Amino acid sequence: MDKNGNIYTFIYASVMVILVAAALAFTAISLKPFQTKNVEIEKKQSILSSVNIASTAKDAEAIYAEKIVNSYIVDATGNKVDGDAFAIDLKVERAKPAEKRLLPVYECQTDEGLKYILPMYGTGLWGPIWGYVSMNDDMNTIYGATFAHQGETPGLGAEIATPGFQQQFKGKKIFDESGNFTSITVAKSNETAPTEHKVDAISGGTITSKGLQKMLLDDFTTYKAFLTQKKQ
Amino acid sequence: MSEQLFSKKNMKLLTDPLGSNNPITVQVLGICSALAVTAQMKPAFVMALSVTVVVAFANVIISLLRNTIPNRIRIIVQLVVLAALVILVDQFLKAFVYDVSKQLSVFVGLIITNCILMGRLEAFALGNKPWPSFLDGVGNGAGYGMILLIVAFFRELLGSGSIWGHKILPESWYIAQGGFYSNNGMMILPPMALITVGVIIWVQRSRNRNLQEK
Repeated sequence: MDKNGNIYTFIYASVMVILVAAALAFTAISLKPFQTKNVEIEKKQSILSSVNIASTAKDAEAIYAEKIVNSYIVDATGNKVDGDAFAIDLKVERAKPAEKRLLPVYECQTDEGLKYILPMYGTGLWGPIWGYVSMNDDMNTIYGATFAHQGETPGLGAEIATPGFQQQFKGKKIFDESGNFTSITVAKSNETAPTEHKVDAISGGTITSKGLQKMLLDDFTTYKAFLTQKKQ
Repeated sequence: MSEQLFSKKNMKLLTDPLGSNNPITVQVLGICSALAVTAQMKPAFVMALSVTVVVAFANVIISLLRNTIPNRIRIIVQLVVLAALVILVDQFLKAFVYDVSKQLSVFVGLIITNCILMGRLEAFALGNKPWPSFLDGVGNGAGYGMILLIVAFFRELLGSGSIWGHKILPESWYIAQGGFYSNNGMMILPPMALITVGVIIWVQRSRNRNLQEK
């Protein structure tokens, strides 16, 4: 057959593409369980780090099993809903209207008492940002927070994933003294907000900082009914 | 035709890219990833290993197919082979060394566009037998990896005070502990990788006058 002819070229290209596609599909399917496992372990590590417990990929599962004593789903009115909290995909919930979202809650027994961990999901500058915020049992004071991002700029927006930024959240309050909901302001120096409701924004990372503030406001708002119920 | 597997000619394929024909310092290819993944030694090593595996096997595959590939679509065929191998490597990294795969992030995918690989396929594998092609691939991967590791060694040592993730500078040296030393934050940023590569090129050219441009 003429190797430079059209027919040969077409057949060659088709056979090659089908073979390659089959090989890749086979690999992707057979490695899927390992990859899913890794993602789960990473999620457990993030949940633990929001209550200031450090873990490695190896011991995360054991620590998680020991410390996270309970997890459940609540709805926007604060009532419990059946289901597996860990399996909730926040991206899917985020697309629903606020009153229909399923909201996971994790309870963690720490040396300093029972903490409630709330997952958060929002948008930064280049892509999604997410995180976990843990609350003291007064349902007002933040005990710890951890944030992650998909593609924020290193050195600027990506700083939200650093301990230095996250440690600011400890001890901040989301309700003011008269019980009104205030959330947390991620503030530049020219913005005023009471110290207990404010953390410092990231220089050069304004849009990520604002995205984080909006994420906290939106997600605390959907959890508000649950938080108020628990408080009483 | 009974040429020995490790004849002088074949060994040259393996060792040339380590020195006088290094893909990074002499041909100045693959710089993008060399700057991006060399802040620490571990990701640099994994990246070097991934590139070596991909270029060696892509060379062999293209060399085996070299008499069947229609000339008009040869670049596409090379790209498909490369892309398939890179996706395989990426899937394996995600499954077995997840933290490293997260650090390398997009750069594994970008191996596909690394000029070293297409260059070797087009310049060598299309015209040579599988075994020399394999050696050529391993040699070029190693030459690339060697520079990556040298750069990463200096960047991690001076930027984070550690080697391969292990702290090696004593804590008491640091200013925070009352010492005199502090890590150089610049070393972690990509510009210092470029400067480090530049220094390596300078050292190499001053030792090997044949490489100097007239």
